[in-house]
Amino acid sequence: MKKFLLPVMAAALAFGLAACGDRDRVVVYKQGKYQGKPDSQPWSNAPYGGDKAKWEGDLKARNLQQDESRRTGG
Amino acid sequence: MARMKFVCDSERCIECNGCVTACKNEHEVPWGVSRRRVVTLNDGVPGERSVSVACMHCTDAPCMAVCPVDCFYQTDEGVVLHDKDLCIGCGYCFYACPFGAPQFPQGGAFGMRGKMDKCTFCAGGPEADNSAEEFKKYGRNRLAEGKLPLCAEMCSTKALLGGDGQVLSDIIRDRVIKRGKGADMVGWGTAYGKEGGKS
Repeated sequence: MKKFLLPVMAAALAFGLAACGDRDRVVVYKQGKYQGKPDSQPWSNAPYGGDKAKWEGDLKARNLQQDESRRTGG
Repeated sequence: MARMKFVCDSERCIECNGCVTACKNEHEVPWGVSRRRVVTLNDGVPGERSVSVACMHCTDAPCMAVCPVDCFYQTDEGVVLHDKDLCIGCGYCFYACPFGAPQFPQGGAFGMRGKMDKCTFCAGGPEADNSAEEFKKYGRNRLAEGKLPLCAEMCSTKALLGGDGQVLSDIIRDRVIKRGKGADMVGWGTAYGKEGGKS
């Protein structure tokens, strides 16, 4: 009986102490990555057909058009 | 590469809501959704100020950070857009946004919340540029036509400006100098009023 009890007690002790482990419980946040469909560049289709420089030029002209002092010379 | 931004000059905004109407008409935005709105501070009090507010296309956008399905992306021009096919309409982005930009169409039984809708800087979304599908989901893609957002381009007093942040900054700086505030354009007096309680 004693021979049988000893391994059982040793196993129970090992199982009980296993819960005392100090594990790192800090949450690690991962940076998300866009999962949707890819988008094309605004200059890649008609009317620009890939001409980035022309698109940028047109946009810059529109940008400056918002400054009324530039338009009126004031 | 230009970094797209909006800026609203509160000294010029007359609360006409023209920007709101232009946006709704251009993109055929459904009832209940307003991608842009005009906020008035001290309404009715002399010296009231109005500001036109929409998505500010933040550089480090909180909506992108909290989205559980990662449906947001930022274009090379700094425009924050999202994929409506992926959006689950959870509303996290609405909680995260400091400007209340994300909108949710209400339809169906029990006012069920639909997929998120917000200002696209008139840049459409992840569909073929200027396709019917893109217009249906995101509205017109004016950027791909070489144009700026309509709300800014049609603003009658040019209070609302949209486009390259550097150019907008130059325009605003030039205006402030011409208004005569000069060195006072920034600083303690402008922010908190003059010393001794006089504004």
